[in-house]
Amino acid sequence: MLQTEMSPETIRVKKPYLDWGLTEAEYDRYAELLGRLPNYTEIGLASGMWSEHCAYKFSKPVLKGFWTKNDRVLMGPGEGAGVIDIGEGKAVVFKAESHNHPSAVEPYEGAATGVGGIIRDIFSIGAKPIAVLDSLAFGSPTDPRTKQLIDQVVAGIGGYGNAIGIPTVGGEIRFADSYAKNPLVNAMCVGVMDKAKIQKGKAAGVGNALIYVGAKTGRDGINGASFASAEFSDEAAADRSAVQVGDPFMEKLLMDACLEVTDRHQAALVGMQDMGAAGLVSSTVEMADKSDSGMVLDLDLIPQREPHMTPFEIMLSESQERMMLCVRAGSEDQIIALFKEYDLDAVVCGHVEAGHRYRLLHHGEVVCDVPVSALTSDAPVYHQASQQPARLAHPAADFVPAVPDALATLKQLLADPNVADKAFLYQRYDAQVQTNTCVTPGSDAGVVRVRGTHRALAMTTDSNGRYLYLDPEVGGAITVAEATRNLVVSGAEPLGITDCLNYGDPTKPEIFYELAESAKGITAATKVFNTPVISGNVSLYNETNGVAIYPTPMIGMVGLIEDLTTITTQDFKQVGEGVYVIGATGADFNGSLLQQVLTGGVAGTLMPLDLAAEKAKQDLVLQAIRAHLVSAAHDVADGGLLVALAEMSFGRGIGLKATVDLPAAQLFSETQGRFILTVPAAHQAAFEAMAGAAATHIGTTEAGTLKVTATDQTIEAPVAALKQINMEGLSCQLK
Amino acid sequence: MKAAVLSFPGSNCDADLLWAIRDICGEEAEMVAANHTDLSGFDLVLVPGGFSYGDYLRSGAIAKFAPVMTALKAFADAGGYVIGICNGFQILTEAGLLPGALQWNQSLQFICEPEPLVVANNQTAFSTAYRADQTITLPIAHGEGNYYADPATLAALEANGQVVFRYAHNPNGSLNDIAGVTNARGNVLGMMPHPERAVEALLGGTDGLGVFQSLIHATKGATTVAAN
Repeated sequence: MLQTEMSPETIRVKKPYLDWGLTEAEYDRYAELLGRLPNYTEIGLASGMWSEHCAYKFSKPVLKGFWTKNDRVLMGPGEGAGVIDIGEGKAVVFKAESHNHPSAVEPYEGAATGVGGIIRDIFSIGAKPIAVLDSLAFGSPTDPRTKQLIDQVVAGIGGYGNAIGIPTVGGEIRFADSYAKNPLVNAMCVGVMDKAKIQKGKAAGVGNALIYVGAKTGRDGINGASFASAEFSDEAAADRSAVQVGDPFMEKLLMDACLEVTDRHQAALVGMQDMGAAGLVSSTVEMADKSDSGMVLDLDLIPQREPHMTPFEIMLSESQERMMLCVRAGSEDQIIALFKEYDLDAVVCGHVEAGHRYRLLHHGEVVCDVPVSALTSDAPVYHQASQQPARLAHPAADFVPAVPDALATLKQLLADPNVADKAFLYQRYDAQVQTNTCVTPGSDAGVVRVRGTHRALAMTTDSNGRYLYLDPEVGGAITVAEATRNLVVSGAEPLGITDCLNYGDPTKPEIFYELAESAKGITAATKVFNTPVISGNVSLYNETNGVAIYPTPMIGMVGLIEDLTTITTQDFKQVGEGVYVIGATGADFNGSLLQQVLTGGVAGTLMPLDLAAEKAKQDLVLQAIRAHLVSAAHDVADGGLLVALAEMSFGRGIGLKATVDLPAAQLFSETQGRFILTVPAAHQAAFEAMAGAAATHIGTTEAGTLKVTATDQTIEAPVAALKQINMEGLSCQLK
Repeated sequence: MKAAVLSFPGSNCDADLLWAIRDICGEEAEMVAANHTDLSGFDLVLVPGGFSYGDYLRSGAIAKFAPVMTALKAFADAGGYVIGICNGFQILTEAGLLPGALQWNQSLQFICEPEPLVVANNQTAFSTAYRADQTITLPIAHGEGNYYADPATLAALEANGQVVFRYAHNPNGSLNDIAGVTNARGNVLGMMPHPERAVEALLGGTDGLGVFQSLIHATKGATTVAAN
């Protein structure tokens, strides 16, 4: 069976590339770069490589503004993942990636392959993956479609992570109607390695071999990068063939084999890269680009799952569990033999060439001969128009909530799916395999010991679309601050950031405004917290029928704990300990969970964030924890002070008795920069001397009951009753 | 004492077991790949958790054909101590070294959580470090841990004292709350909970140490078992 492909002239006339996400102007640009009309394969490669997913053509001007380097960063954005020095000869490697579109269409495989893809990015650097985190956002859990999405996304993450043997140690699950048809599935992976062994995705040295390893190439996920860079609509039937299928068993073998190469065959290896978006073409052409090399591939040598695949299909397939290695000439057999030990396909499929051409052979014919740069650095970059959305120009008046019965309000917020207990979902993930997990999901950050050192890494993912919707810049900064808070209360010094930038259609000036403004806020915060952006990805076109999601940058952050005895969790530990609040509380209800719950949406001017003051408070919290003065620590986030105190009570059923100089309504305010600490009686004098006026003593932990006296109301309830409400809030809705 | 930790393609708790025995218990241990055919010189064989061969088809169903399994059977037949944990338990039942089978959890979902267990028999080689009826907490992490055996087998297990650990709050539907069970001879144990995940206070508890301490004690009382 021979398929007949359109001729270059027919392509020019019939414009099939319009269906693959390329515009006529882009086609013209590409033809100009080639100096002739592109053939079917060549235009297909451009459609993948010039997609937003690969080329960042809309977001590049924004991403360039990120702060990406400090003295600890060993490798910043541009490789499979970023790398930061953590001392004792070790480095941490991490990255996050979105799989929103595939998960909306086929939630199990979409989520599973999202996890699989991000794991490959980590071991492509030579790091052993030690943890996975997932940041998820859905519409209302009462919607039957949402119930199914949650169930299948969680099953997919677990199905992949549990089988490959990497613990899922944290993450978040948020709910807002704006995600109903565009769920967010962002996966982050963290790895650890000897810093002397960092690998890059290079293909240098004329004559060196390109070795394809792992699963065979099939017709799954053809041109998925273009798919991920387009909007959904009800009219267009969901494109299931663009979603890939994962095989965690294959990836486990691939991971172990690749790590054996980077550990023991350094001399033979030139570079290694995973085949992710835009599959074979992106991995190989990016390796050539980074090394300023030319390259030739013989597609007849690529292991194929199906007969009669065309060059277009082979190059743009997104079959999973595949890696590309560049190996020194003469060392091919040694590397191939290693992969054979793992029962994996490994074949020499091409070579580095002199010059700067990217050439593909198929059945003895040259089916592609283009400059490497035409697919990489010469991809278009658009400087989009930016316009403030109307809702931001004229914000609503400040929201003043009526809270006649603060206990009833507390119960309402504890049952809200954003706050409700998610242990019943997290327990579907193996959180402990590799036996290094010190803090499992449920506290502010996951904490994983680094074997061979006296250190641990704390990690978190955070997002808050509600805030960004009201103020992208301040909301962006708050998202970073929230992540740093989660690490600091766990006893960690924040090290750096990976991000997934989830937005709508960037060609709309209002959407581009949200993207650009939030990047400004993120950048300002990263500089204050000394947390450079070392990796990340962009997911645009998160729209259905023209309506975009909340602008939602997901911040994944890793922090360093230098002393294992300072790992701290949020649960109240014992009765009789002092409870302190750091950070003043104001009447900040715009964008709050309370506003969302009471009014069904958010409006008004977002509360400000004082970055310098925030940093000073975080430094104090960390200093107190490192001085072993603190027994529990938690930041104040969704739902405010009372929700945070209740959350601290749930772990061991220990409550508190406290008095606050605030009206009861402000117990639900979301003023930024607040922390709750408990301090054992013996350390209270030392702590108060250290904190001075920055900490307010509000009460003492007590057995069994939560009692908070505000200026106008007293809230009192058994911890067990509140905990039950919190535990049933989401689990009952999903049944 | 010298322990072998079997490693099948897809095993993912093999390194954890090696760590528990070598670094925590200070005993000798070696990883033995599934294509090896010789277990001579070992006093104890551990079959680890994970997803051997992807657990495609059925948990443990492919692993039972691995070359090392012949040697394992000979080792067990000669009275050597064998412990299968999680996927290891599944493999041992598939291979016929232990009675019964592990079905999907009643919830049809994977469950990872700390689980209280009661030591139902502290007179086995795997449990002498515990007190009779002691309650310990070990993590579970499995999708297929719902123990089943036919009524006659179940009655025999109970009569012979082969049930070593029982769940205090049955998480998966296992008959008779069985979390760990031995063969009739008492030298092969399978258990779904992970003792190797509970050997350090830093990671949440040390209740799993007793399993390894019991085995170390038992093997040091015996001479090395020669397989084949």
